[in-house]
Amino acid sequence: MADDRRGDGGGASSGVSDRELLNAADVARIIARIAHQIIEKTAGGEEVVLIGIPTRGTVLARRLAAAIAEFSGTAPAVGWLDPTLYRDDLRRKPARALEDTEVPEGGLDDRLVVLVDDVLMSGRTVRAALDALADHGRPRAVQLAVLVDRGHRELPIRADYVGKNVPTARREQILVFLDEIDGADGVALRREAGA
Amino acid sequence: MKHLLSVTDLDAAAATALLDTADRLKQALLGREVRKLPTLRGRTVITMFYEDSTRTRVSFEVAGKWMSADTVNVSAKGSSVGKGESLRDTALTLAAMGADCVIVRHPASGAAHRLAAWADRDRAATGTDTCIVNAGDGTHEHPTQALLDAATLRDRLGSVAGRRIGIVGDVLHSRVARSNVFLLATLGADVVLVAPPTLLPVGVQQWPCRISHEIDAELSTLDAVMTLRVQAERMRGAFFPSAREYAIGYGLSDERAAALPQHAVVLHPGPMVRGMEIAPSVADSARSAILAQVRNGVHVRMAVLYHLLAGAPE
Repeated sequence: MADDRRGDGGGASSGVSDRELLNAADVARIIARIAHQIIEKTAGGEEVVLIGIPTRGTVLARRLAAAIAEFSGTAPAVGWLDPTLYRDDLRRKPARALEDTEVPEGGLDDRLVVLVDDVLMSGRTVRAALDALADHGRPRAVQLAVLVDRGHRELPIRADYVGKNVPTARREQILVFLDEIDGADGVALRREAGA
Repeated sequence: MKHLLSVTDLDAAAATALLDTADRLKQALLGREVRKLPTLRGRTVITMFYEDSTRTRVSFEVAGKWMSADTVNVSAKGSSVGKGESLRDTALTLAAMGADCVIVRHPASGAAHRLAAWADRDRAATGTDTCIVNAGDGTHEHPTQALLDAATLRDRLGSVAGRRIGIVGDVLHSRVARSNVFLLATLGADVVLVAPPTLLPVGVQQWPCRISHEIDAELSTLDAVMTLRVQAERMRGAFFPSAREYAIGYGLSDERAAALPQHAVVLHPGPMVRGMEIAPSVADSARSAILAQVRNGVHVRMAVLYHLLAGAPE
């Protein structure tokens, strides 16, 4: 959520260069690996609820759930939660549009919640999501899975499952593309000229 | 959005954005243990009501509280208004106390616009930043009512665009009718006003809707019918012979409800006078969305407060 990923990925305009970090096969391998790690760390994936952070976190949560169902035979519940109403920077920008929220049936009480997002940077989105979770119920534990960790943390937050660690400069952007939204999978690093 | 004074300030995109926000807020609060969001913490919302109201005032107050704003209610009775203070002085006093938003209902049409002009001048002079929401001004507008009606129609019918909506009754004294006609037309609905000629305002021919005097000719083509209360408190003169005659001519009776298409929805902005503009059995029937309107009212008002107060000033 910290980045604007609505690029075209092609670096069409001059002065912008994109470098591919992950291709579609890499993304698929990472999702399979994280699914295995979640099964391992949660003793079979019982009572696990995957909660995506819109919009691309939701897609990733759905894909992880499908992979976990395939590998363990147990399909975890999937939901999504828009943390916008809990953000600490609302008053710095004009009011932004809200995304969908849907907590799976049975709620979150005493379940193991895995928050899923595409990019982890400052940690502020995750902080907001943790506050939102607490208002929805009391999970037994909360873990965090991200596709890319790009550093620059501003809060004491750490991911339990990381697809790829990418050292970045603050001015660079991470662009995540997912088939369901963008038509193809991939992750790119965008660098503005002169930056 | 700086103030919400009239639905004509909203284009289709802005109105749809408000309705979408209301939907998302409803989702965000669904089935939750803690029905409170921290979004407007530290913001002060004052309702200033110069006319009686139950649902609008409570709805705004609940909306503010669910988003953690501090809400204060001022009514004309029991305030300095009774001592002769003017609308302007009362409003500037409230702004000086740090109100981020003043929600006003007033019997004079245009009251909210005057307040907004004063608030803007005050902002230039002193830097205080107060937004004004019109919660009903005389016979002029009631924008949040029209928004909650549109939200309810969207819930029940799937969409507003292309739907035919009948608004029946005392259009002359109804700010709800005016706001609804303009908002629903903006959203692409086909609106028809049904009223006796004596209860239509001057200039209604310029509104983006069709006019009819025959309710029975319209019913079978309507996707929704909204009945309006006959506003006896605003009537100075004889607009129809008797309450009974009005009910016979324009009341939504069981027989008339039966003439509606199967899917059609019945709305009423409240308060209802049962047996006058709507039969009790129709108000309580499955096609009635009257309580859904009230529920949506809270979410729509939360959405308005969110758009006005949550972000940085534009």
